[in-house]
Order: sequence, then structure tokens, then C-alpha cells
Amino acid sequence: MSERDAEWAALMRAGLAGDRAAYMALLAQLAPVLRAIARRGLLRAGMAAQDAEDVVQETLLAIHLKRQTWRPDEPIGPWIRAIARNKLVDALRKRGRRGIEVDVDDLSDMLAAPPEADDSLTRDVARHLGDLSEGQRQVVQAIAVDGASIRDTAARLLMSEGAVRVALHRGLAALATKLRERPE
Amino acid sequence: MKTDELIRAIAADATAAPASLQRYFALLLALAVTAAAIAFWILLGPRDNALQSLGEIRFVFKFIVTLALAVPAIGLVLRLIRPGVNPGLWRVAVLLSPGLLALGVALELAALPSSSWRVAMIGSNSLVCLTYVPLIGLAPLGLLLLALRRGAPAHPALAGAVAGLIAGGIAASFYASHCPDDSPLFVAVWYSLAIAILTALGAALGSRLLRW
Repeated sequence: MSERDAEWAALMRAGLAGDRAAYMALLAQLAPVLRAIARRGLLRAGMAAQDAEDVVQETLLAIHLKRQTWRPDEPIGPWIRAIARNKLVDALRKRGRRGIEVDVDDLSDMLAAPPEADDSLTRDVARHLGDLSEGQRQVVQAIAVDGASIRDTAARLLMSEGAVRVALHRGLAALATKLRERPE
Repeated sequence: MKTDELIRAIAADATAAPASLQRYFALLLALAVTAAAIAFWILLGPRDNALQSLGEIRFVFKFIVTLALAVPAIGLVLRLIRPGVNPGLWRVAVLLSPGLLALGVALELAALPSSSWRVAMIGSNSLVCLTYVPLIGLAPLGLLLLALRRGAPAHPALAGAVAGLIAGGIAASFYASHCPDDSPLFVAVWYSLAIAILTALGAALGSRLLRW
């Protein structure tokens, strides 16, 4: 297990225990690595790398929504790599590339890729945000885009904090479903 | 939406501690067995001499075969739904039941005169078997697929098919106590077909329901 793997596993354990700062740090560290995987995968399949950010965001959502499939006593690298590979296969399929051999390199060989000027802005997630229910959209928007806390969001939207949490979770799950089901 | 923004939203959702996958599966497996038991008692019930038959090797062998299918299939599916986990020997373990059955068939062929093979194979209850094993296994299959939706299988149809094997193994275990046909020749043909129906159904449903 690499040092980075051990660090990610520690951050994920903290995240699973409810430590949001650790969890955010983990996701922020994963994003550039996932971006490198997505770009390389798309290029290898002969596709433009500009869709990479959509794949990165789908992968981050999958990591979050399926985090209960990782066991805290296991190395986290192979788990992340398998999810990244799966989401890459999905993305290629969605773009009409079936049956392509998809290879994801060992994460430790993967150099992080910074977001390119404008492409950390994705069309998919932004578009599907509009498909969420009004309440879910407002909550996700407030927390993601405006950077509001759960408490601020609750005050702003005249909701209880519990209701904000539920709307946020359902909103993220709905986003993942819409990203998966809607073809380009 | 920018990736940093999405990360902020995801991190804000981190407090919702997800329930343990294993525990949730165990709960729904228990419900699946209960559902099969209820369906079995309503639809069929055990045969009158079921308890006395426990001393007969052919009767007991039916349960060995069905349980040898369900148990390794449970071990396999729990690995198939976790990304990056190699199922390893569990893949081979699901062949235990067909292997045992093949052995039972060989011994039965040796024990019986060839003139009675046909009668033993066709038995008296084949249509009941083909109807009721899938029927008893239907609710368990649904419950197992519900549990697997929490997972992340790389191959949804495969995970669904293995759920079908589990449901089939559970249903056939109950059905075996009803069915008067105990010959391994009967089991090899009709139980296999009945379980194959649930397996195919599981694969079809899995490819739709288990995508993530």
C-alpha cells in the first residue's frame, strides 16, 4: 500500500465517521487523479478529453454514494480505481463506444492533472441540476455554488436543517441517476 | 457546476452515515428466507413423511445440493457488489453444488438398473417443481436485488444472476421437503431447470436495477 493510499484511507475513515473537512480534503485530492484517469481513458478511446470533467464528477458522486462498499480495513486504491474504471466505461458507452477495452493504470502511477482553464465547468451536471425537484435544486445550489452551510441554507429557505440534509442527499442521488440514465 | 462546487455539496452530505452493506444484506436475506417459508407453507407444505425421510440418503442429499448452491452464491455476490474486490475462490465455490449433483447422478446411475433411469428422472412431480420453485423464489429474489442495490457491481447482470441462484437455492431447499421425487436424476433435471428460470430472471432484472 502506498503512502498516498494510506493517507486517503485515513481521510475516508474520518469521513465515514462524519468528519466533513477530512472528507472534503479526500475528494479534493482525488479529483485531479480522477481527471488524469478520465482524460487518458477518453483519449485512448479516441474521444476528445474535453468531456473528462463530466466523468470526474460522475465518479466523485459514485464514490460518495457507494462509500459503504469500501471496508475500512481494506486498501482504498483498488476500490477507487475500480469505480473510476466503471464510470469511464459508462461514459464511453454513453458516447456510443461499446466493447472498448478500458484500462485504468495503477493510481500510484497516475500524475494528478489540474483542471484546464474552463473545463472544470461541466455541462452535464449543470444541465441535470435543472431537472431536480425545486427544493432539491435550491438546496444543492445554495450549498455547492453559493457555499452556504447547512444551517444557512435552512435559514435562507425556511426549512429545518434535517429537511435540508434530506434534500441534499436525495438531490445528489438523483443527480447521479440522471447522469447515468440520460444519453448525450 | 464546477467540480469544486460539487465536492462542497458532497462533503456537506457526509454526515449521513451509510448503513453497513453486510448488515443490510443479512437483514434482507433473513427476510428472503422468511418470505420463501411463508410462500412454501401457503402453497405446498412439507410432505407427510418428511421427518421420517430424514434417515434416507436421497432425501437428505436434495438439501445438501440446494444449500451447497445458496451458501457459496451468497459469499460470491457479497464480493461482486464491492468494487475492486476479487471474488477469487468464491467463483469456484458456486460449482460445488453442480459437482455434488454430478456425483450423486453417477452413483444413482450405478445403483439403479438402466431400465428405471427414465422413471426416476421424470418422476411424478416435475411440473409442480418447475412451477413452484420459481414461484417460491420470486419474493426472495426481489428482496435480494433490493439489498444489492446498495452495492456497486461491475457487472449488474452477473450480480443479478447470482441473486437468482441464491433465491433458487432457498426456494428449492423448501420445495425439496414437499417433493416426493428424491432421485438425484430428478433433481439434476428439474431442480436445475427451475433454478435456471430464477437465474435468468435475476440476470434480466439485475441488468436494469443494479446499475449505479
